[in-house]
Amino acid sequence: MIFEIGIYHYTILSAFLFFTGVFGIFLNRTNLIIILMSLELILLSVSINFISFSVFLSDITGQIFSLFILTVAAGEAAIGLAILVVYFRNSGNINVNEINKMRG
Amino acid sequence: MFASILFFLFSFLILGSALLVITSKNPVNSVIFLIFSFFNAAGIFLIAGAEFLALIMLIVYVGAVAVLFLFVVMMLDLNFEELNKKTKFIRTGIVTASILIIEMLVLFFYYPEEQSFIINQDNNTNGLTNTEIIGSKIYTEHFYHFQIAGLILLVAMIGAIVLTLRHRDNVRRQDIPLQVSRDQEKNIELKDITFEESE
Repeated sequence: MIFEIGIYHYTILSAFLFFTGVFGIFLNRTNLIIILMSLELILLSVSINFISFSVFLSDITGQIFSLFILTVAAGEAAIGLAILVVYFRNSGNINVNEINKMRG
Repeated sequence: MFASILFFLFSFLILGSALLVITSKNPVNSVIFLIFSFFNAAGIFLIAGAEFLALIMLIVYVGAVAVLFLFVVMMLDLNFEELNKKTKFIRTGIVTASILIIEMLVLFFYYPEEQSFIINQDNNTNGLTNTEIIGSKIYTEHFYHFQIAGLILLVAMIGAIVLTLRHRDNVRRQDIPLQVSRDQEKNIELKDITFEESE
């Protein structure tokens, strides 16, 4: 029955959100900000997966790990945006294809 | 039934706004759709029964991360026309996402029924709320993980400050030891003025 929400619905939602995030990384290779947003979407899909399995298995550990994923996502966004601001200050653009200053 | 309709509504809104995040031309619109996607994810968590994570999701993502993104997008003076050129990697992206989808579908249809996980159906929470259960677990069993999470946040905060702090050379600042160590002999110079005789 399709209107009975089960674990499959949550898993399919999480999988499609994950694919959207992965596709967004490839689609916007020039815009570093949207790549960071795609990473946030991927982490959100992983959180949905953890929480749905936590609820359907009646084990609270999944929700606690989702809390840790939230922590790491916040730290990653802060560090990534700081690197972005520093790079923009030094080079004047955020074009990912031109970030090759460390090439020998 | 009502929860099912809400689940499908929130799911389609999440997927639609996620597609708009990655295809939008203006990064400001992308951030707005990202915030909308997080709101709907909080709704999904509420339907699933994880109230604490739903509200933490709203506070952390919408209140901190998305506003940080919005701040950075508006602070950087970006040339949007140059950024919107789609790259030659779109074919690679379609191939990669299709491979992931095919792998997931193969797993989904191949999955044998007899090995499926045992769903623990007795939701016996002893009258405790979701937040109380998380609190009682996170400060006892996962105490070291909690400490490490706090350390990660500290390192991220210090790292962001150190990366973006800029010292300019030509800015005058107060140098307190220099001010304190002044003495009268060095700083006041007495000169004998000789008056010239007017003729």
